[in-house]
Amino acid sequence: MKFTLRIWRQADAESEGAYERYEMPDIDPDASFLEMLDVLNDQLVKDGGRPVAFDSDCREGICGTCSLVIDGIAHGPRQATSCQVFMRDFADGSEITVGPFRSAAFPVLRDLIVDRSAFDRIQQAGGYISVNAGPKPEPNSMPVHPETQEAAMDAAICIGCGACVAACPNGSGMLFTGAKVTHLNLLPQGEPEQHHRARAMVRQHDAEGFGACTNTGECQEVCPQHISIKVIGELNREYRKAMVRKLRERGGAIRPQ
Amino acid sequence: MAIDLDPRIPDGPIEQRWHHWLDEHRLVGPRQRADHTIIVVGTGLAGASAAATLAGQGYRVESFCFQDSARRAHSIAAQGGINATKDYANEGDSVRRLFVDTMKGGDFRARESNVWRLAETSTNIIDQAVAQGVPFNREYGGLLATRSFGGVLVERTFYCRGQTGQQLLLGAYAALQQQVAEGRAHVHTRHELLDVVLVDGQARGIIARNLVTGEIERYAADAVVLATGGYCNVYYLSTNALGCNVTAIWRAHRRGAAFANPCFTQIHPTSIPASGEYQSKLTLMSESLRNDGRVWVPREPGDERVAADIPEDDRYYYLEERYPRFGNLVPRDVASRAAKIVCDDGLGVGPSRRAVYLDFRDAIGDRGAEMIEDRYGNLFEMYERITGDSPWEVPMMIYPAPHYSMGGLWVDYELQTTIPGLFAIGEANFSDHGANRLGASAMMQCLADGYFIAPHTVTNFVSGVHEHVSADEPAFEEAEREVRERIERLLSIGGATPQTAFHRELGHVMLDKCGITRDADGLREALGQIADIRAAFWSDLRIEPGENGINQSLEHAGRVADFLELASLMCRDALEREESCGCHLREEHQTEDGEAVRDDDDFAHVAVWEWQGEDAGHKPYREPLEFASVAPVTRSYR
Repeated sequence: MKFTLRIWRQADAESEGAYERYEMPDIDPDASFLEMLDVLNDQLVKDGGRPVAFDSDCREGICGTCSLVIDGIAHGPRQATSCQVFMRDFADGSEITVGPFRSAAFPVLRDLIVDRSAFDRIQQAGGYISVNAGPKPEPNSMPVHPETQEAAMDAAICIGCGACVAACPNGSGMLFTGAKVTHLNLLPQGEPEQHHRARAMVRQHDAEGFGACTNTGECQEVCPQHISIKVIGELNREYRKAMVRKLRERGGAIRPQ
Repeated sequence: MAIDLDPRIPDGPIEQRWHHWLDEHRLVGPRQRADHTIIVVGTGLAGASAAATLAGQGYRVESFCFQDSARRAHSIAAQGGINATKDYANEGDSVRRLFVDTMKGGDFRARESNVWRLAETSTNIIDQAVAQGVPFNREYGGLLATRSFGGVLVERTFYCRGQTGQQLLLGAYAALQQQVAEGRAHVHTRHELLDVVLVDGQARGIIARNLVTGEIERYAADAVVLATGGYCNVYYLSTNALGCNVTAIWRAHRRGAAFANPCFTQIHPTSIPASGEYQSKLTLMSESLRNDGRVWVPREPGDERVAADIPEDDRYYYLEERYPRFGNLVPRDVASRAAKIVCDDGLGVGPSRRAVYLDFRDAIGDRGAEMIEDRYGNLFEMYERITGDSPWEVPMMIYPAPHYSMGGLWVDYELQTTIPGLFAIGEANFSDHGANRLGASAMMQCLADGYFIAPHTVTNFVSGVHEHVSADEPAFEEAEREVRERIERLLSIGGATPQTAFHRELGHVMLDKCGITRDADGLREALGQIADIRAAFWSDLRIEPGENGINQSLEHAGRVADFLELASLMCRDALEREESCGCHLREEHQTEDGEAVRDDDDFAHVAVWEWQGEDAGHKPYREPLEFASVAPVTRSYR
C-alpha cells in the first residue's frame, strides 16, 4: 500500500514545530501503524536524516505508552491504542496526519513524545490505599460483592495513556482521575481514605493545568479501554461528599441550593 | 580468583529455613533507616514492590525506569493469574504441593530452598494485593475466585479477568506513588542504567542516562537492587515489550556479577505468528485457549486448501495423537517443540508456513457459541484486531514465541549477586524456575521477592554499611568516563546500517539455533555467526547523531550491543549443557520418540559464568543442586 504521512516534527520542548511530509511507497497492509513508523525511521537514519521520536513499549495495547493523534483522533480510527491500529484500516494512497497528544498539561518533549508525568502526580495525591507490606488480614474475611468488584474493575482497567485528555476540548483529565477514584472508592478497602482521595486528586488535577469537564463525552469515544464517562459522575459525587464533609468539620453552614 | 558460589542456605528443615533466617537477621533502627539510600532499578512487579516496601520501612529509595512512568513496565501485560496455596477450593493444596509442582515444572534445575520459600510466601501476596485494592475476581458470595492454570491439578490461580498483571502492577505502582508523595522514594522516569559502580568491591551506585536530556548522571547508595526483567528480546521478536533489555544485568555481569543458566528461555506456544519483515513484536494469546481449541495441521505437506475445505481425515491433530493423556494441554515446552517439528516437516500453515491451526470449530459446535464467547470473547476480538481474521469463521494461527528468561544473574538465598551489595530480583535473577517456569508463577516470584524477601535481605546487608560513599569518588568518575566513551563509540562508527537490522539478524540466528531445540553443530555455527554480526555492528552501524536530547536509536543500539554479547554466552551455555531439560532440548539427547532425556548425574547443577574481559570470554563454574525434599522424576505427558 502507498501512503503520504504528515508528521509533527519538533526538536525539543523549547523549539517551534511543524508538519513534514513523508512518502511511504510500499507498506504491507498487515503492518501496524507503529511498524510503518519503524520502517520510516530506518529509512530516515539510512538517509542521514533525523528519525521521528515517538513513544511505545508493549505494542499489545496494555502499557499505555503509545500516544499518537492520527487524522485528528487520539489513537486513531479504531478506539484502540495507537499500536493496535493497522494499515489495512486506511485507504490505499491516502494522506495521514500524525501528531502528539496535545494538551496544556502534556508538554511536547520531541516530535510525537509528550510529558505525561502530571498523571503520576495526580496518583501521588491520593490514588492509593495506605498499606505497607506485611501480614494482612485474611481477604475472605471481607467479602466483596461481585458486582462491586466488576464495577471497580471496569474503572481499574484504565491504562493511563492520556487519550481522554488529548480528545477533550477542555484538556480535562477527569476521565483518568474519575477512573482511579471510582476503582478505589467503590471497594471497602478504599473507604477510610475516600474523602481525602477525591479532594486531593481533584486539587492536583486542577493544579496540573487540566481543564474542567463539560460533558462533551469526547473522552469515552477514544478511550481504548472503553471506560465510561460515568466515572466522572462518580468522581463528582465523591468530590461533593468530601467537600460537604469538610465544611461540616469546619462547622460551616451548607445552604440548600 | 574464584567466585564464591555458596548459596548461604540457612540450616534446619526446609520448612523452617526462612523463619530461622528472619529470626536471626540484622535490623536497622527506625531512626537510622533514613540515613541509608537504596537504589532500585526497574519498576515492574518486583522493582515497584521492593521500592515501595523499602521506602515504607523508612529507607530512602531512588527508583529508576526507562519508561515515562513507573506504571508501564511489562509486568503489566501478564494475563493469566497468580498462584497461591490458599486451598480455598478445599482440594488439599499446600505449600509442599506448590513447591513440588514448581520443582517439577523447572525439571529439577532450581534450588530447593528458594522454591520452598516462594511457595510459602505465595499466600501473603494475595493478602497484600487485596488490602491494596487489587480487584481480584469474586465468587457470587463475594469470596475470592480461583481457577486451575497451566496443567496443574488444583485451583490455586487468582486472577483479575485477563488483566491480572496490570492490576497487580498498578497496586505496586500506587504503593510506590504513595511513598513518593511522602518524600521517601524518588522515581527517576526516562532514565536508563548504563553501569553499576563498585567501590572496594561493593556495589555503591549506578551511572544512568537521562533519556530526555541525554545527561549522564551518577547516583550513590548503600545497596543496589536490579529488578530489570528478562532478555527475550535477544531473539528480536518476542512477547516482551520493545524496551525490555539485558543492559542492566549485563553491565553488572561485566562488573563481576556471575550469570546463571543464560540459555534457559521459555518459548510460549500460543503467540500470533510473525507476518513480515517489518514485524516488531509477537503478541501472546492466552494459554487458556488450549482448554477448548484443538491444535492441528494438514496431514500432507503442501496442502494448499483453506482450513474449512480440509476434511477430518486429512487433519493431523498432532498433540492429541502424540500425547493422548494431556492432548492439547501438554506443558508449554512440549507444545512449542511439537509445533516446530510439524513445521520443520513442511506441514506448517499460513503465508510463512511457520504456523499451526488452533481451531474452535468443534468447541463452538459442542459447547455453543455463547459459552465460547463468554470464555474467549475478548481474546477472539484481540486476534481479529491484530490479524484481520475472525476465529469464529477460520481457525486461529499460532506459533511459539520467546516469552520468559529463566536464566539471569546468579543470586544466593538472600538474592544477592556475587557482587556484595548488588541484589537481583524478579525475572532478572535465575533462582526459582529452574529450566522452565510454570504458568502463573512469574508474578508470584516477582512479588514474593519485592514485598517479602528483598526488603529483609537488602536491609540485612545495609545494616552492616556504616560509611556512605559520595558520587564524587574516583570509581564513579571512571565509570562515567567509560559510559561516555561507549556512547561516543556508538555514535562515531559512521557506517550505513541501522541498529534494527543487526538486531533482526541476531534474532534470526538465535531463534534458529538456540531456540525451541538446539544441537551442537548449530550452536557452534551460531557462535560464528554472532561474532560476525557483532563485528559488522561495530564497523557498519549508523544511528541518529547527537548524544544530547532524546535519541531513541542510540538507546536501542546500546541495548543491541549488549544482546550481541549475551547471545554468545547463551549459545556457549546451551552447548555445554549436554542434556535436555525443561525448555532446553538438545537434539542429541532425546528418545527415539522425541522425548527429552535429562542427565542428573552430570548436569544437576546451575551453570554459572564469570566475565573474564572483552577478549578473554567466560569462565564456567557450577553450583551443585541437591534434592533432599523432593526426588527428581522424569516428566511424562504420554
